[in-house]
Amino acid sequence: MSGLKPSLVELIRRTSAEMPSDVQEAILGALEQEARGTIARSAMEIIERNIQMARHRSQPICQDTGSIHFYVDAPIGMDWPGFEEAAREAVMEATRKGHLRQNSVDPITGMNDGTNVGPGSPAVHLHAWRSPETQVRLLLKGGGCENVGAQYSLPVEGLKASRDLEGCRRAILDAVVQAQGKGCGPGVLGVCIGGDRATGYEHSKRQFLRLLSDRNPLPELDRLEQDVLRTANQLGIGPMGFGGKTTLLGVKIGALNRVPASYFVSVSYMCWAFRRQGVVLNPAGDIQEWLY
Amino acid sequence: MNPIQLEAPFSEDKIRSLRVGDAVEITGVVYTGRDAVHKHLHEGGDLPPGIRLTEGMIYHCGPVVLTDGPSQWRVVAAGPTTSAREEPYQADIIRRFRLRGVIGKGGMGARTLVACKETGCAYFHAVGGAAQVLAERIRKVRNVYFEREFGSPEAIWEIEIERFPVVVTMDAHGDSLHQRVLDSSKALLAKYL
Repeated sequence: MSGLKPSLVELIRRTSAEMPSDVQEAILGALEQEARGTIARSAMEIIERNIQMARHRSQPICQDTGSIHFYVDAPIGMDWPGFEEAAREAVMEATRKGHLRQNSVDPITGMNDGTNVGPGSPAVHLHAWRSPETQVRLLLKGGGCENVGAQYSLPVEGLKASRDLEGCRRAILDAVVQAQGKGCGPGVLGVCIGGDRATGYEHSKRQFLRLLSDRNPLPELDRLEQDVLRTANQLGIGPMGFGGKTTLLGVKIGALNRVPASYFVSVSYMCWAFRRQGVVLNPAGDIQEWLY
Repeated sequence: MNPIQLEAPFSEDKIRSLRVGDAVEITGVVYTGRDAVHKHLHEGGDLPPGIRLTEGMIYHCGPVVLTDGPSQWRVVAAGPTTSAREEPYQADIIRRFRLRGVIGKGGMGARTLVACKETGCAYFHAVGGAAQVLAERIRKVRNVYFEREFGSPEAIWEIEIERFPVVVTMDAHGDSLHQRVLDSSKALLAKYL
């Protein structure tokens, strides 16, 4: 896979600078919703212009280029250590080129060595499958929106949230109100019902790989997604929390089995600067196709 | 909507004339400062010589900056970071330097609001994530301090901004848009549950 490293650098560049088209459409729709002359409308106009400028200049949409998550599906027999090495090298190169901010800090010493590579960075999620194809998806998730994520252990008495889908709804909507505009709204929620504390959050983030326009194949979760989206957009939090019509652009909910004693609802928030891309690679590691 | 033009020097009178909801464009020299800087100042640490923060403005921002040569920098992306993290420190720093403005995103809490009222300071909300639009309004990087100690995003960058677009969300009269929206959204949610 000699072409792998340059392909990953290009994947990082494009993810950082170019908004995926499904999200861009949702943002344009949200802009039209806001009344002219309001600060919510001008925030959406700045967001829209920012998306155009980033693409045109090939520079980061947001200066917080976030935590780096590669999701890889590859055929059995793939050289996984080789992939991880290429991912680290690609991250270092993309940082030197300014596609990524120097964004990785040693929590013990407080030092930032400027490479973006260290324990946990980049995060590489590897999955072997029987298909001959290699797919690599990338999420860059900023810290502001990561900080407003929340995990609920049901029941929560204060929210009157019991261990059922209505309880989940109450927990998720509480997360929306707690987040206000701090996660750079209008954003998208990724939610996992069930799992444990680690897998719940992990699965909630994985929801961001779905297209905004898709519908959940499980009717119960589809109803919950539509309900939370509709209700959140009636709360008047609006872009940046300035007040306004669009508080969320989408809600995506997945579920994992839980143990009887635990019932977690894990909520991840993705800011409007929803940086997600993906590629199909050929056996030489060259980009064959873009996924979003 | 024609924004109010706010130009340095940022006098107390100019700041006190602003109200929550005002769209403003700021022109002048400001300093970036985020988590490490706020903690350092709050613990009584000094500013490096050359920084004139008194009656100035601090911008909660960790920019992407490329170095083109000695003392030559290029800002590639520079939007605001979440201000709430500085809530434990901000009020003291506003009083210590008689700050006239804090630029950031997401708003701040009650202690900062009180310090703004007392001191004659306002909180200016920039659009989070709008790193390109905002970087374009940075005319020049004049200097950088604490880069080695705190790393590039956490350093103090001395920058000249021109017609930098923001909204007053906390004014010098004790009013906060964030508090208003929080209260109304909570009341609405209670209705829809």
